[in-house]
Amino acid sequence: MMTELAPEAIKTTQHYLNWGLTEDEYQRIQTLIGRLPNFTETGLFAAMWSEHCAYKNSKPLLKQFPTTGPRILQGPGEGAGIIDIGDHQAVVFKAESHNHPTAVEPYQGAATGVGGIIRDIFSMGARPIAMLDSLHFGELNQAHTKYLLNETIAGIGGYGNCIGIPTVGGELTFDPVFEANPVMNAMCVGLLDNTQQQKGAAAGADNLIYYVGAKTGRDGIQGAIFASAEFNDAEETNRSAVQVGDPFAEKQLMEACLVLIKEHPEMLVGIQDMGAAGLVSSSAEMGAKAGYGMILDLDQVPQREKGMIPYELMLSESQERMLLCIHQGYGAAVEQLFADYGLDAVQIGHVTDAKQYVLYHHGAVVADVPIRSLVQDAPVYHRPSRQPERLKHQTAQYQPLVDDPAKTLCALLQQTSIASKADVYRQYDSQVQTNTVVTPGSDAGVLRIRGTHKSLAVTTDANPRYLYLDPKQGGMIAVCEAARNVVAAGGEPLGITDCLNFGSPEDPEIFYELKEATAGMAQACEALGTPVISGNVSLYNESNGEAIFPTPMVGMVGLIAQNEWITTQRFKNAGDLIYTIGTTAGDFNGSELQKMQQGRISGSLFKFDLATELANQQVVQQLIRAGIVQSAHDLAEGGLAVGLAESCFDGEIGCQVSVGLPTSWLFAETQSRFIVSVPANQKAAAEAIIGETGQLIGKVGGTALEIETSGTQFSLPVTTAKQLWKGALACQLK
Amino acid sequence: MRFAVIQFPGSNCDWDLYYAVTEGLKETALFVDYRATSFTADAVLIPGGFSYGDYLRSGAIARVAPVMQAVKDFAASGKPVLGICNGFQILTEAGLLPGALRVNRDQAFICQNQALTVANATTRFTNQYQANETIHLPIAHGEGNYYCSPEQLATLKANGQIVFTYQDNPNGSIADIAGITNEAGNVLGMMPHPERASDSLLGNTDGLRLLMSLCGKEVQPA
Repeated sequence: MMTELAPEAIKTTQHYLNWGLTEDEYQRIQTLIGRLPNFTETGLFAAMWSEHCAYKNSKPLLKQFPTTGPRILQGPGEGAGIIDIGDHQAVVFKAESHNHPTAVEPYQGAATGVGGIIRDIFSMGARPIAMLDSLHFGELNQAHTKYLLNETIAGIGGYGNCIGIPTVGGELTFDPVFEANPVMNAMCVGLLDNTQQQKGAAAGADNLIYYVGAKTGRDGIQGAIFASAEFNDAEETNRSAVQVGDPFAEKQLMEACLVLIKEHPEMLVGIQDMGAAGLVSSSAEMGAKAGYGMILDLDQVPQREKGMIPYELMLSESQERMLLCIHQGYGAAVEQLFADYGLDAVQIGHVTDAKQYVLYHHGAVVADVPIRSLVQDAPVYHRPSRQPERLKHQTAQYQPLVDDPAKTLCALLQQTSIASKADVYRQYDSQVQTNTVVTPGSDAGVLRIRGTHKSLAVTTDANPRYLYLDPKQGGMIAVCEAARNVVAAGGEPLGITDCLNFGSPEDPEIFYELKEATAGMAQACEALGTPVISGNVSLYNESNGEAIFPTPMVGMVGLIAQNEWITTQRFKNAGDLIYTIGTTAGDFNGSELQKMQQGRISGSLFKFDLATELANQQVVQQLIRAGIVQSAHDLAEGGLAVGLAESCFDGEIGCQVSVGLPTSWLFAETQSRFIVSVPANQKAAAEAIIGETGQLIGKVGGTALEIETSGTQFSLPVTTAKQLWKGALACQLK
Repeated sequence: MRFAVIQFPGSNCDWDLYYAVTEGLKETALFVDYRATSFTADAVLIPGGFSYGDYLRSGAIARVAPVMQAVKDFAASGKPVLGICNGFQILTEAGLLPGALRVNRDQAFICQNQALTVANATTRFTNQYQANETIHLPIAHGEGNYYCSPEQLATLKANGQIVFTYQDNPNGSIADIAGITNEAGNVLGMMPHPERASDSLLGNTDGLRLLMSLCGKEVQPA
């Protein structure tokens, strides 16, 4: 059992350093509370002032993001952001990282990542309607990576399938830099009746603080602190702070909370998930946000282990728990409502005017600090930044040698980052709730909104390789690629959530990456009119001093205003004309082809232009809205040849294409490009919209990919290519 | 026609069935709580999901829920009972159907569109299909690997109780079984989800014909 050091002993032994507080921060706490903090209080500050809770390193950068707009009902700062979609409905979404837990215990790490983000969504009053994920792992030639990935997939499915929320999209890429620090980001999307919007606020003196859901154990203690430190082989024992998920309990909790919100608005003041830093963060944030204080009696907290000390009770990250603020007089009714779902609902305290955060345990005060000191007074750091050496010099684009394009295409289709992910997403229920119009495998998942003629397009994107070569442009591209996916599906991008996965901000070169990437993202969000409505920051993704590639995952939601506009990437009819939108150049640095041929990416990233991006997206939007598009697909990793192949696979239909480009350019990764197919009798209408932004390259039909360039021509049977593409990942996962 | 949709803690396809009945079939659906001891309906639907979190064993706890006695009485009266996915697992656990559902052959959850053969198109659940017709229904399960003894299998075959079979067996089920009835033919358990194929916007209405069969509705021209 943990021993509680006396305040003086904490000071003399510098115990606070073990909890991630710096010397300066410890001094700051003393100034704020006017005395030495005791053991419990020191623990509360350590958790609340961690990067995970306080964003103390990233706050100045996050301020760059546009967060408002005519449709935005709720920006960052609550459980999740909210965007109006008309008809008195809104879409609620957020993403969260669970990288550290996933590295330690992949099944539970991934499962509880899913569980946590779902709670954020229903705490806003929304019913969760879709899950997505973003996974970046080491190469599959390592046995441990296979284990990590297989367990992560099982954990995502194990939780989402059970609770009954479809997993409709995501991404999975591979690079050795993620070997010890895999990235596991989960995004949840919910649908909200506008009248039921909730806030995590505890207002009104003497209102009741209720704890609902699963009991508290010692699992996940210090999770937030743990997520804000680097891994180190010498301190392997620190890797124990992983929570265990129970999706059945969460299903019950979700249904009970949604009934409370929907049917008993008179009872509820505020509601918040007990996520990172558990009870302390949820309660202190709810009180501070409303401008009130709080008294909690820890003896009332439902516990499943004996002898837990206040520090453990407050910092436990046991799953499937929520904190409610209930109007006086409704306690019994709330207890009855939760009992109906087999859940504990226990009053553990009440709201006070005093603006102090006071904890009792065994009848004694164990913490008494100004509530805002925990939530609002964390230091904010403006870290020094330094441009890494690799970014200082402009280098020419890598020029690949492609003498047998059919062979190159086949090889690319088998690269793990390009190969079919069907063996992964088949393990996720993508159709429960019967709203999934476009299932995983196309550019974006599409969910109809029942009772309307509208749908939502949802996607997650990040290309860490581009960011490594140019954090700023890579950040722009991450946002734009997400938008391209939404547009190709027939949608209008509404806004984004993000997970900023980076190394240690205390390293000036890493901080430079973070600063540049967020600047790029902010610019792209401004240009596309897609504010950032929620997000999460995961720093210290390093093992033994090696950081991951900068990986800002972008989760985007788009509105498809009419279901007739829903579009997939699949070629549909022989004879349809194929157009490329956007122009192609010899852009290979950071490309899949460079990785395949050279074993690693290098050089300066190719040029990228936001105005061109926006113009090309608008052309595709107009084509779709004119009702003449049969298929649309954004061109990404592997370029035009891979994009064409992907459009051929689902319907197992071929295409005949001729481009006046050098052969190797078939695989160039120039941005802002799409391929669309339109019926032959719509040629004039299509070209009137496309104008100079694109060109006719061929037609759909036959059973082979027949491609002609300025230098050569080749034919590859679709079934042959599909087999290679389909089997590549499955065989490496075993 | 009035369809009772049974809700257990952890059921998650209950609303999907509700919408398939009310919006697809344009009939009446009502929810029946697992604690209910009686209900009034013309047919019972036991939805998919993870009743009681699939803890202990899929369907093992749901089978002793209070409502199951009423479901058994309903089945004994000869009225139709349909269990889908977890509903099928509950029906085998409750002894209303023979056999058991084991973990999939490849030990992993599978969600995909699945080609099926309608092996018996003469049941009250399948009279809107053609004999041996190929249909597609989504599957989504981790424990759909049907097993029964050789004697039970012989009986199932002899009585025409095998209603749906997989064309490309995804989970290792014996005799490719995807769905079976009881001997009387009024209780059907199946792993595929007809309620997920009951809306043209989602690209497939093969499942709606199962519900249409139950209430004697004609197939709408496509």
